[in-house]
Amino acid sequence: MTDLTRLTLTEARDGLTAKSFSATELAQAHIAAVEQARALNAYVLETPEQALKQAAASDARLAKGEAGPLEGLPLGIKDLFATEGVRTTACSKILGDFVPPYESTVSSQLWRDGAVMLGKLNNDEFAMGSSNETSAFGNVVNPWRRKGSNVGAGAANAIEGNHLVPGGSSGGSASAVAAHLCLAATATDTGGSIRQPAAFTGTVGIKPTYGRCSRWGIVAFASSLDQAGPIGKSVRDCAVMLRSMAGHDPKDTTSVDRAVPDYEKAIGRSVKGMKIGIPKEYRLDGLNPEIDALWQRGIDWLRAAGAEIVEISLPHTKYALPAYYIVAPAEASSNLARYDGVRYGLREQGRDIVEMYEKTRAAGFGAEVKRRIMIGTYVLSAGYYDAYYLRAQKVRTLIKRDFDDAYAAGIDAVLTPATPSAAFGIGEKGSADPVEMYLNDIFTVTVNMAGLPGIAVPAGLDSQGLPLGLQLIGRPFDEETLFALGEVIEQAAGRFPVTERWWA
Amino acid sequence: MSVDLATVKRVAHLARIAVPEADLPKLQGELNAILGFVEQLNEVDVTGVEPMTSVTPMAMKQREDVVSDGGIAARIVANAPAAEDNYFMVPKVIE
Repeated sequence: MTDLTRLTLTEARDGLTAKSFSATELAQAHIAAVEQARALNAYVLETPEQALKQAAASDARLAKGEAGPLEGLPLGIKDLFATEGVRTTACSKILGDFVPPYESTVSSQLWRDGAVMLGKLNNDEFAMGSSNETSAFGNVVNPWRRKGSNVGAGAANAIEGNHLVPGGSSGGSASAVAAHLCLAATATDTGGSIRQPAAFTGTVGIKPTYGRCSRWGIVAFASSLDQAGPIGKSVRDCAVMLRSMAGHDPKDTTSVDRAVPDYEKAIGRSVKGMKIGIPKEYRLDGLNPEIDALWQRGIDWLRAAGAEIVEISLPHTKYALPAYYIVAPAEASSNLARYDGVRYGLREQGRDIVEMYEKTRAAGFGAEVKRRIMIGTYVLSAGYYDAYYLRAQKVRTLIKRDFDDAYAAGIDAVLTPATPSAAFGIGEKGSADPVEMYLNDIFTVTVNMAGLPGIAVPAGLDSQGLPLGLQLIGRPFDEETLFALGEVIEQAAGRFPVTERWWA
Repeated sequence: MSVDLATVKRVAHLARIAVPEADLPKLQGELNAILGFVEQLNEVDVTGVEPMTSVTPMAMKQREDVVSDGGIAARIVANAPAAEDNYFMVPKVIE
């Protein structure tokens, strides 16, 4: 039989419907792949018993002709999603062995639709990072290697090159999907945490419009920016995943009460006559020429498909990242105040309650999380609020207005690169200056600041043989246009599956 | 704007994070790098601009004022580092 883990989510769905294999066989193939890939550190918790139990139930439903839209499809869940009875840590020591007595709305909808859980996926601690190097469970390894690198070949060999990061914060999700350790994964995106790791691993990732998915039961980082979305092997797979993940939830007042379209129907829809904006501000000084060339190829593909290419201006683009590094830490410092060693997670003893808080938080949070909490505390503190936080929120209004103006002028979607470079080596960035790491999100962060949907689609390889992605930004709640355009890019560029299982 | 050591100490205390004296200078450098980076926002003319409060224009929904959950104290304290009789236990707060 063919290797079932190499199938896309929708191919596997069709195979189950055609009874070419069973949900149990599909789960077993993935469980074995996960076990052989521990060197990648993509999973922080494997749940094979649960997977087999769910798969058996799926087989029963398939036999009765009662299959849900994700029936029997094995998924990985980012460790930011609360899973009932299954340890959830946000990859932070401060949550310790927290076992939620409830299920996040998004994951509950996946189980409602028949999906199978393989386990919990690694991420940057509290989703704060762009390389998955801040996780309390250690780094995740990208299944891609630079051309000529044999890193991971074992002590008997002369090793060339080093392991690459998968991006972050959804590094485990991206690595697991790329390495065929699940058919698709849940992820979250606050400043680029779905799209940047997708671009670094040759996978597809979509951050939907703010409010499209419920945030209930997802560990909060920056509540006005956080959104859940899928990472998958193809644009079509992401469309199927998002349909199950999205929807109104009375438990999240920011979730939007509007019908969820059948996104898969947008795949293959014509893009003829669509107006695609190319923002001149994204043509940064010193932009990597390979990224620039990739962008041009994307323009050519969309034009060939009948879209009209229009140069546009988003004048406040350069201020998105600095404004983000005020807004996100400010919200994080408030959200993370709950980790005090009282109700759950780690507790360090102190002489009095304040010392207990201070020691608990010192021991439980990693360096990047501490930095962001402190920045957030500072910009919200008396005397600085107006100068920092209020100003940043005003700049945010201007960033959103830039997009509103472009859409009002008839633009259907905006095409940009997803990242300023391909994946880099573990330990290569940000050790001296945290801002060096933050610059990874330069193309993605505007989308969160404006609450818009954005999709990253792999579009080619660089000279090191590593995948690069393009980003499409849409109108609010028009994810369908992104799927239609994303499919055009995928058809033109092809998919980028990892072929060599060097880690097994 | 940049922060001095005393401010780093004060912010750490406000954030309830114990920072050893020896780590303060490094943290000061990192915080100042971030504050230096966000400084560019001062170039933006924000006169008359409303601060963003919500990215999606929508009315805040109200739910029925009814009890929808409860009676699960044991499950709520199940993850607590210290609990007794369904109460969270903390060091003495009032002498």
